[in-house]
Order: sequence, then structure tokens, then C-alpha cells
Amino acid sequence: MGTSVLKSLNDGLHQIMGDDERVVVMGEDLLDPYGGAFKVTRGLSTKYPGRVWTTPISEAGFVGVASGMAIRGLRPVVEIMFGDFLMLAADQLVNHAAKFRWMYGDKVDVPLVVRAPMGGRRGYGPTHSQTLEKHFLGVPGLAVVAIHPLVEPGELLRRAVLEDRRPLLFIENKKMYARSLRRAVNGQIGPMEVFSNDAVYPTMTLAFGGLVGGDVTIVAYGGMVEIAVAAAERLLIEDEIYAEVVVPTELQPFDVQPVADSVRRTGRLVTCEEASRAAGFGAEVSARVCDESFDALRAAPVRVAAHPVPIANAPTLEQKLLPDIEDVVSAVRMAIERPDSSIRAGVG
Amino acid sequence: MERLHEPGPEERFLQTPGSRREKLYRQMRLIRRFEERLLRQFDEGDVSGTTHACIGQEADAVGVINHLRRGDVVFSNHRCHGHFLAFSDEPKLLAAEVLGRRSGVVGGRGGSQHICWESFYSNGIQGGIVPVSVGMALAEKFSGRQAMATVFLGDGTFGEGVIYEAFNMASLWSAPILFVVENNRWAQSTPVEKELAGDMVARATSFDIEAGQIASTDAEELYDHFQPLVAGVRESGRPRLEVIDTYRLCHHSKSDDKRPRQEVEEHRKDDPLPKLRARLDDSAAETIDEEVEERIEAAFSWALEQPMANDEELVDPLVEAAP
Repeated sequence: MGTSVLKSLNDGLHQIMGDDERVVVMGEDLLDPYGGAFKVTRGLSTKYPGRVWTTPISEAGFVGVASGMAIRGLRPVVEIMFGDFLMLAADQLVNHAAKFRWMYGDKVDVPLVVRAPMGGRRGYGPTHSQTLEKHFLGVPGLAVVAIHPLVEPGELLRRAVLEDRRPLLFIENKKMYARSLRRAVNGQIGPMEVFSNDAVYPTMTLAFGGLVGGDVTIVAYGGMVEIAVAAAERLLIEDEIYAEVVVPTELQPFDVQPVADSVRRTGRLVTCEEASRAAGFGAEVSARVCDESFDALRAAPVRVAAHPVPIANAPTLEQKLLPDIEDVVSAVRMAIERPDSSIRAGVG
Repeated sequence: MERLHEPGPEERFLQTPGSRREKLYRQMRLIRRFEERLLRQFDEGDVSGTTHACIGQEADAVGVINHLRRGDVVFSNHRCHGHFLAFSDEPKLLAAEVLGRRSGVVGGRGGSQHICWESFYSNGIQGGIVPVSVGMALAEKFSGRQAMATVFLGDGTFGEGVIYEAFNMASLWSAPILFVVENNRWAQSTPVEKELAGDMVARATSFDIEAGQIASTDAEELYDHFQPLVAGVRESGRPRLEVIDTYRLCHHSKSDDKRPRQEVEEHRKDDPLPKLRARLDDSAAETIDEEVEERIEAAFSWALEQPMANDEELVDPLVEAAP
């Protein structure tokens, strides 16, 4: 068993707080022995008393407080217990933190990190399972980063907290906490070769046997990454379809280049997100790919996403309505077999 | 953070020659004439959008801000001209900002509701600035600096739930912050009776925040009233809320005043400017008026000559796509 995503984040926070006294951690139920709802902050309040602020149930309030602290020289890390509760802090993020630096003529920075665990598949039902970061994509001034097991989550958190001037949403995934990191060995993760663009928040491209061209580009982030990789492996075995999987880590601002480059090699695009499809991540990626490499597309892009209903509590319903390996596989098959617009009604 | 100019508002106020009465009047006169001139420029088509004047409420700004020191945080709201001028004494920069010029306080990006100058900030969303200010106050305390924060809110802001979250945390965590509530009796076009149940002071004290209320448009009275309150926040490191019952003698924002005319006229007898001017020698008052006229004229002439904000402002490397 390797390092889990949870351990990487927890170790990262311990190190960040040890390295820089300006770092304060704030959120609900963070104090030991409880140590936060998902235990990402476990041990911090014991080791750094006075720098871990357990808060009232006031997401708007404490995100605002942290934003003020950031302007005045601290490096606050806020935990939103369930990502769904980010909506309570939307005004602080969109109308305050995201605007301050530019609106104030670059006289201030707001180095604020807001961590939020998103995603379903744990039976928490309609208000504790959503994937809501799409509502914060496209807000000028607000960065959105989504971790996954192919990166070192603790290291990316360190960069966000200590090296990034921007207010930043750090998207985690509840189901992912228990997953082991999948570090590349000899440039391979499983049967796929891994290429990174070495950005601060890297985009990884996974391909069978190098970037030599394939049949389809699958773009996936956050909780959909391992699902997309599993789908790619299955497609190779069952269909002899060669997929490249492109995994962005910074969703906003979004560097489309690795995706566009891959599409130039494959001619087809399938996007994956755990949120519902409308006005989402896949829509943006598709539009950006059309901007950059429309001429390379041999088929209309296909978006894999959740059914547009609240996340059901019953496991049979939840499983069915969230996109899974089978949905990615079907979407790729449709993209390859039916390169016309009718497939766009396909999945989800 | 920017390097701070010396001196802060309190020091500057104390160092300025003249009697306290003259100095308070000079500051209020500057605020009043600034806004009257601004409204003229508005009518001449020089101001984009709208502007919120504080005519009638000038005594609040000078009564509170003259006790603040270099490094103290002030967070103001949409009606921030008076607060800004009392804090900065920089009419040129504000004129340029509201006229959309590159040399404005924030280069024309914010306009009058969204400015930042040293440790003075303003934003145009009701209520949201209150938790931000609490965070600023806590950061000052956490960092071992001796500064405090002051945030200005109004009776209408008491409808925003986030301020109670902020009161709660300010009290729980002992934030050195002064909440100044300018109760001008009207939230845009809605009278306080239709927007506020119960009592503002009681709302604060229920969070274990010391609070009080003063009905006054008298700058000297407010100056005396706030001196121990500001000192109290600084010494105790605890929050404090104070309601000032005042009145807005102008529109909410440009040309939108439907309040009963008679009510507005009745409040003119409480206009803070004639009230204080009557206590000065005529010649001293005239000298101040002339001096202020010159400064306003200089500020606006300068501002009108400044280049407009241009589209170089729109290039923002931090918002562009990653490398």
C-alpha cells in the first residue's frame, strides 16, 4: 500500500505550517481529536495551537475572514467541510476575493486557499455529493486546481499556499482520499506512459507506447481521472482502441495546449466530468479545442457527465446517475463509430 | 502590502495648525464641496454610471477617522467619499478615480465604490466587507501589530446575514474592530421601519459585543464620543459597535430620491456643516471656504487633464491561461 491522497495532504499541511508561520488553517470541526470531517487537518491543532481556527458553521463569514487575513499578510488555508457548502461562500469568492487584486489596481494580493472536497459515490445524497467547481470556472481572478492520484497532492497544496498569489479553490474528492498515489515508475503508470508539461499544477498526458498518435483523446480531471485511465485500458483490450488520457490539474485558468496537441494526434475528443453536463468543464474544453485545433477533429466532441438530477441517496440510483468506466467506454465507442452530431445526446 | 505614508489620520489631524473646530470644519467642507463638484461633473457627463454621495453624513467620517493611526484598517462601502477623504486627504486621487482616469486611486478600475489606498479599502457589496474587515483586524492582532480595523456599515446592511456571522467571530476571537453603523434611516428608497425589526444595538450586544448609539450630526460631539471608543478597541483588543443616527440629505445614488420632501427639508436644520460653521469666526470660516474651493478646483482641474484609463489595463498575466 502506497501513500494515500489523504496522507499526502495531511503531511503537506503539517510541513506547510512548519515552514511558514503566516499559515493559518480555518474551518469547521478542525480541532483534535476530531481533526476535520475527512481528517485532512488531523494533528495540526495539537502541533500548532493558535494557528488552527475551528469556526462556527459560517462558510460565508469565515471565507471572508480568511480573505481579509490574506490581504493583510497571512496565508490562510480554509477547509469547506463538504464542497457543496462552497455555494454559501460564493459571494465572498466571486464578489470579494477574486476581484480585490485587480480592482484595487494591483495594490493587494489575496493569497487565499480554499480547500473543498467534492464528489459522490459515498452515499451522502443530494447536498453532500455534488461536484460544483464548474460554477467557479470562468470567474476572473479565481484559480481552480483539482488534485488526483497522479500528482503529489501535498506538494501542490504547498505551492498553492506558499507560492501562489491568487485566491485559489483547491478541489479534492471525497472518494479519492483513500486512494493510493499512482506515481510513475520508469515513466509508466500501469501500461501507459506518462508525460507531464511540468507546469506548477501539471497537466499529464498518458498514452500507450508514447505520443505516437492514437484514436481518441480522453480529458479527465479530479475524481474522473482513474475512471478514465481504467476506461482507456479496457478500450485497448476489448476494442483495440488507442486512447490518450489528458489530465489537467489547473482548471482555471485552463491551459488547453496539451489537450489540443493530443487531439492533433488522435482527431477525437471525449471529455469527462462528475458534474452534470450543461455549461460545464467539458463544454469549455470542447470550445477551447475547437478554437485551437478544429481542423484536426474528425468527429464531434462527446461529453461524459452526470445525469442532470440531484445526486440520489440510494446506491442503485447514485451509481447509475454518476458517470463511470462503462460510460467513458461507451462515449469513446460512439465517438469512433458515429462521427456525426447525433452522438452528442449520448451519455448522461 | 504597500509602504505606508506618514503620518496617519490622527497624527495629521493633530499636527494641522488651527483649532480643532476649524480643522473638523475644513475636512467636512472638503468632503461636501468635493461631492457637490462631483455631482456637477456628473451633470456635465464626466462621470460614468452613478455615484453615491454622503451629503449630510460628513460628521461621521471626521468624528471617527481622526482617531485612527497609521496602519489602522478602514473598510468602507458604496458611500465612501467622506471616509476616504478623511482618511487620505487626497481629493485629487479620488476625483481622478471617479472620472475614470489612469491616475485615480486604483487607475479607474474601481470607481468610487471600489478603492484601495494604503490601509483603506472599499467594496460595493452590502455586508460582505464585514467578515473581510474582521479578518483584517485579526491579522493585525495575529501578526503582533498594534493596528485595529474600522468598518462602516448602514442600517440597510443589517439585512445581510453574513454580518451576524462576522459579529459572532469577531466576538469569539476578540477582533480589534470598530463597527460604525451610519443609520441614515433610508436603505436606498426603503425607510428603516420597513427593513429593520428590533434594535441594532441589541443585535450586537447579543453577541457579547459592547455597543452604543448616538444621535448626532455634530462633528465635535462625534469626535469626542468616538475618542474613547477607538481607544477602547485598541486597548481591549475587543470589538465594539456604535450606531450613529444621522440623515442623508442627498439621493441614494445619483437622481433617485423619492423620499418625502418635507422630511428631507426638516433634516436640513441638522446639516453638520452650518452647525459647525456657526461656531467659527466668520473670517476664519471664510478663509477655510476659500482654501477648500482652491483645493477642489485644483483637484478636479488636475483630474480632468489626466488620461483616461486605457485598455493596457486589461492585460492581466495572473488571469491569462497558464504558461
